[in-house]
Amino acid sequence: MNLSAIDPLLLLASLMVAATPILLAAIGELVVERAGVLNLGVEGMMIAGAVTGFVAATTTGSPWLGFLAAAGGGAALSLVFGLLTQFLLSNQVATGLALTLFGLGLSALMGQGYVGIKAPAFPDWHIPLLSDIPVIGPIVFQHDPMVYVGLLIVLAVWLFLKFTQAGLVLRAVGENHDAAHALGYHVRRVRLLAILFGGACAGLGGAYLSLVRVPQWTEGMTAGAGWIALAIVVFASWKPERLVLGAYLFGGVTVLQLNLQAAGVAVPVEILSMSPYLATIAVLVIMSAGRAPGSLGRIFHAAR
Amino acid sequence: MIFTRRAVAAILASTLATGAAAQDDDPTRVGFIYVGPVGDGGWTYEHDQGRLAVEAEFGDQVETVFVENVPEGADAQRAIEQMALQGADLIFTTSFGFMDPTVAAAEKFPDVKFEHATGYKTADNLSIYSARFYEGRAVQGHIAGQITESNIVGYIASFPIPEVIRGINAAYLHAQEVNPDIEFKIIWAYTWFDPASEADAATTLIEQGADVILQHTDSTAPQAAAEAAGNVYTFGQASDMSEYAPMPRVSSIIDNWAPYYIERTRAVIDGTWETSDRWDGIDTGMVGIGEITDAIPAEVKASAEDLRDRIAAGEYHPFTGPINMQDGSVWLEEGEIADDGTLLGMDFYVEGLTGTIPE
Repeated sequence: MNLSAIDPLLLLASLMVAATPILLAAIGELVVERAGVLNLGVEGMMIAGAVTGFVAATTTGSPWLGFLAAAGGGAALSLVFGLLTQFLLSNQVATGLALTLFGLGLSALMGQGYVGIKAPAFPDWHIPLLSDIPVIGPIVFQHDPMVYVGLLIVLAVWLFLKFTQAGLVLRAVGENHDAAHALGYHVRRVRLLAILFGGACAGLGGAYLSLVRVPQWTEGMTAGAGWIALAIVVFASWKPERLVLGAYLFGGVTVLQLNLQAAGVAVPVEILSMSPYLATIAVLVIMSAGRAPGSLGRIFHAAR
Repeated sequence: MIFTRRAVAAILASTLATGAAAQDDDPTRVGFIYVGPVGDGGWTYEHDQGRLAVEAEFGDQVETVFVENVPEGADAQRAIEQMALQGADLIFTTSFGFMDPTVAAAEKFPDVKFEHATGYKTADNLSIYSARFYEGRAVQGHIAGQITESNIVGYIASFPIPEVIRGINAAYLHAQEVNPDIEFKIIWAYTWFDPASEADAATTLIEQGADVILQHTDSTAPQAAAEAAGNVYTFGQASDMSEYAPMPRVSSIIDNWAPYYIERTRAVIDGTWETSDRWDGIDTGMVGIGEITDAIPAEVKASAEDLRDRIAAGEYHPFTGPINMQDGSVWLEEGEIADDGTLLGMDFYVEGLTGTIPE
């Protein structure tokens, strides 16, 4: 065993990278749930984003276009969910689960012919000045742009929910859709927009896997990241600022277990491999005090 | 996901035609069970190249079928039996984890010939075949030991089975031979093919100072991770992975199954098929060493090629004593050569490797 081989700076740096896909997907789902909708299809939207992003990026040669397409792909899939649950009033849990299965199948189909192809390079940014700061620089300021995009989205969501009127409306819709409706707000429109935002974010998260972290396309490559994102929303008690903590915790344990293995720690590999999930479950149990939005998962119908 | 060549036509034809006529014209059906996708660029890709070679060799005499992405375990048995029910005459199951499902299927379908890659269980209608990948690993270790500057080699292992352990030992022995300070860091990925976790493992190893990455997993994700990191050397696994040459990929182990698949298919067509246990290496070409690129010093390249040629000529065996086991006890005396039985069941590290093999 040689723990000194683990460089804490690099560990923290790769933690940010490992957490980014979950963070992106989770912030989208957070907005959806704050609007009172439970979309369990995060995994499906992520993988749809992963494949559309990969196809677009390899076709055009531009990772940025890839991310754009991924957001579009995720949003398109979430639109299916939105139409089914908001206008046809289908059960949100069942529709969300179906969306995951549908997304996995559809992405496998779309990805035929893209297996084993290289993605265009997406170089890291070395932010001038900031990246030269000792300790903090290499940890925080030498990543690919999407890491910062993810954090900016979280910041924007926080500002939106806390300080804007539209954010207040969204929260009102999520807390009590009948009251919001009585006040004249468009419950379905707000929810549909939230669902689209959630889909786009999940798509970005998926594309981060296929374009940056791996970078390659393979069937089922999200490997449960969408479910972790859902858990992290609960862990964060539906608060954006806590979401970052949750995502980094999960990313940290993931990276740490690989580092411990490489350093030869005498802990069974199986236990190390399941540790990120164990940590997530443990934290969920401890933190279960959070209160969910009042109308979460309930079907809204104006006539009732 | 079952892909068949001319399968629909064949099924239609055999249902419509009278029994006797169909019997006479029936092409030999050869099936393949793959653990990954044919586009993995590694292990499964090369098996599929072998399948295509069989088609090219026999033309209308054969019909090939394959199923890709078959999980190891119970699902595999379903896929194998389905293939046998569809009338396959010869079925190649191309991953270690298909061993017990193949044995079970072979019992149920005594008239179908089975061939299982990298396993150790045979039956009257079940042969086994593998390649001496450790010969290639020896060449990799020989190169890795000389080109590393950090003296740390990262090794992405798949499952703790003899084949993988043999590879680690062979690579380590030959790296240590040229560089006594070498250290191997090993991550067990518990997968043959999962680009995401392979990429994570490669990145972790690089962050811990490894500047050479050896992989026993099938995707090109570690190559991409090494390319992104820069100044990290890798080797193609199972396939040439030449799209990453000359850097980071500086050489490769190439599996060439085509001659074996053609030979065994011919045996079935001729009715001369018998249970066999084939384990070929560099000498017959089943293990190929991919082009060593100029990214490494010329003298390293020359000595690696010399090692390759000596192994091919049978002048040198990668497991030649003196070799001690990890605990320091003697495994092979001076000049003693490992027997195949020990190699096939290898479950121990050689002296110098750190860490323990997971149970």
